[in-house]
Amino acid sequence: MAAFRFSRTALDVAALRAELADPACGGYAAFEGWVRDHNEGEHVRRLEYEAFEALAVREGERIIAAARERFGVAHALCAHRVGELGIGELAVWVGVSAAHRDEAFRACRFIIDEVKHRVPIWKKEHYVGGDSGWVNCERCAAPGAESGAHAHERSR
Amino acid sequence: MTPSAACCAAESTISPKALTVQYYALLREQAGRREEALTTSAPTPRELYAELAARYPFTLTPEVLRVAINGEFSEWSTPLAAGDAVVFIPPVAGG
Repeated sequence: MAAFRFSRTALDVAALRAELADPACGGYAAFEGWVRDHNEGEHVRRLEYEAFEALAVREGERIIAAARERFGVAHALCAHRVGELGIGELAVWVGVSAAHRDEAFRACRFIIDEVKHRVPIWKKEHYVGGDSGWVNCERCAAPGAESGAHAHERSR
Repeated sequence: MTPSAACCAAESTISPKALTVQYYALLREQAGRREEALTTSAPTPRELYAELAARYPFTLTPEVLRVAINGEFSEWSTPLAAGDAVVFIPPVAGG
């Protein structure tokens, strides 16, 4: 199975974690990104994720290969949901196994940061009041927004 | 590059060519479609985006977009060729 993958249905964390099992590994670290009920002062009701899957998988695989190379971890996986998600649902999962905990933690952090920064995935928030907006897109479109000057890779 | 090669390279990039454009997220909503086949004289993605922005109510400027050609990140100045699949990539927000 690919090290970076999309799912239209709920992620099975136990199954993903099992793929990382290795007798040579003494450390496992995972990150779960959940759908939160608020963002930048807005009450969020649900989210919609969309991806340019062909390129996203390619870029995701490059990130995971870079993490393995850079931190020397044994195994790493990332699974991301697409489609409609409710509050509290698991949107993204990253798991890493390694000989020791330090590289597992660092590789896990590296992967989620890079995925958020450069993989072509988009998130539309639907608010309690009925409005909606594409995260990181509506503000740059606002009149007077300084073009290109603000960070899209802002950590959320 | 010899003068004749420069001439032919320029010619091949400005002649009308058929290609496809796919839209995602905010651009998909503003274009009102997921993809389209079109014929354009745009030599590079930069001119193609300007052409599309004149047709659709796009609010994102090229400065905040990236471009992909045939499933791989590309440059705004890459010459477009017949049959290319072009995607303009809005600011991403995974995770």
